[in-house]
Amino acid sequence: MMALDRERAAGAPAEEGGVGALRLLAGPRGGAAEPFAQHRQRLGGPISQVLRGTAPGHLLEAITGSGLRGRGGAGFPAATKLAAALKRGVSGVVVVGNGTETEPAAGKDDLLLRLRPHLVLDGLETVSVATRAERSFLVVPSQAAWRSVTAALDDRPRHGPKVEPVLGPRNFVGGEETALVSWLEGGPARPRYQRQRLLERGWRGRPTLVQNVETLAHLGLVARFGPEWFRTLGTAEEPGTMMVSLSGAVGRPGVYEVPIGIRISSLLEEAGADPAAAALLVGGYFGSWLLPAQVAGAELSRRALAPLGASPGAGVLHLLAAGACGLKEAHLVVDWMARQSAQQCGPCRLGLPALAGAMGDLAQPWARGRDVSDRIWRWSDQVLGRGACRHPDGVVNLIRSTLLAFADELERHRRGHCNGGAPSTLPLPGLG
Amino acid sequence: MSDRFLNVDPTRCVGHGLCAEILPEAIALDDWGFPIIASTPLPRWLRRQGARARSVCPALALSLDGQPSRKGPPPAPSTRVGAGGETAGASSRPH
Repeated sequence: MMALDRERAAGAPAEEGGVGALRLLAGPRGGAAEPFAQHRQRLGGPISQVLRGTAPGHLLEAITGSGLRGRGGAGFPAATKLAAALKRGVSGVVVVGNGTETEPAAGKDDLLLRLRPHLVLDGLETVSVATRAERSFLVVPSQAAWRSVTAALDDRPRHGPKVEPVLGPRNFVGGEETALVSWLEGGPARPRYQRQRLLERGWRGRPTLVQNVETLAHLGLVARFGPEWFRTLGTAEEPGTMMVSLSGAVGRPGVYEVPIGIRISSLLEEAGADPAAAALLVGGYFGSWLLPAQVAGAELSRRALAPLGASPGAGVLHLLAAGACGLKEAHLVVDWMARQSAQQCGPCRLGLPALAGAMGDLAQPWARGRDVSDRIWRWSDQVLGRGACRHPDGVVNLIRSTLLAFADELERHRRGHCNGGAPSTLPLPGLG
Repeated sequence: MSDRFLNVDPTRCVGHGLCAEILPEAIALDDWGFPIIASTPLPRWLRRQGARARSVCPALALSLDGQPSRKGPPPAPSTRVGAGGETAGASSRPH
């Protein structure tokens, strides 16, 4: 098991052990970026060597065979996007490595870019060369990641289009694909209403392929070692490893790399989780709560979590401390998320603050629960699916999960009691 | 003749609400006065009214297209599963 603190990037055993599995985070210990010479030696040569001997069709076959799904949250098959970009007649492709990672409790893209920039660059080059891309952007979430990537680019031979590192926007919705394209055009990082896919019309009208940086790192490894190797970890439907950003009531918070499908409880145990914790937020601020009884048997995969109404999303897990009130916590998050609206679409601009206010009512003892919950259900129905992006949908998901998971706590609030005295640990940048 | 769908660009719409007055059969307003439009094809007998609604929109937010807006229905809300079934069932989709 490898735990890498965001500040104190601890070393890792190179072998697999515990519930951990190391692919992306294999290699040197410590908090410094792996140099190109070491990367090249460890993986058996530069990626350009691999790509020279691989036709785009074969690469697509390998990616399809690997079953790699996007690690940015939506879990979209990587091969489908690549296939669309490789379609005959598509020229002037723009490739974007998306490491914007605006989710406050997430840190895995930043860590990957800081410690293993060459893995991400391998993947970005693989896609860029295969699609004969015209431009190739790499969006990073921090100054440190920018320095790491810039140094890595100086450190390696160039292959394919020149990679342009860009410091990404920091607003929550800024990582959404259309918002990111707008940002890369020099505009505001606001989502766009557009009916065409970015692969039809993206950056300055060109076909644009946006792929999360962790996905790219896996993709580069598939290009080297093939789909069978990739499938030796993970589940049949969701092969490979995934990076998890774990925070909250755990002794060793940080970024973990685990095979998809591991038991969540074993990950929590390795991380020194508080066994009395109240609930686990899975999938970040668009996510869902799992109660301890649900966590006990649950596996970390889209398939296993779907019946529980949850999804791993981009691998963001936050353990709510024993004695914290889920209704209060959720109110803080919903209120913060309402402020993260790009203020473009009426149902999001007006609906989310209304919902946040109602959630605030429920968070108080003596909450007039039934009226307020009815109103919340009504408004969440009205808001769902009515933004240019999925921001309102994600917030609605969190709200509904909160009402269901903390129904008992809500009942206590109605009677004037509240269990929660523990201070909030959910990160909400810009607020206190 | 192929299906026609009424779509609204939510980034343009500012909630004048004229569309819902012209086409109440297919457009409802939410609690903030913004149009909720059926995602099904516009019935043939409403097409003329649909075109009128589009042309009176002061924000030029409405369009009549061959397909519904790119974004499909949102993913099934997590909470309709399991214990949440009854509670979720109490709320009604407005369209």
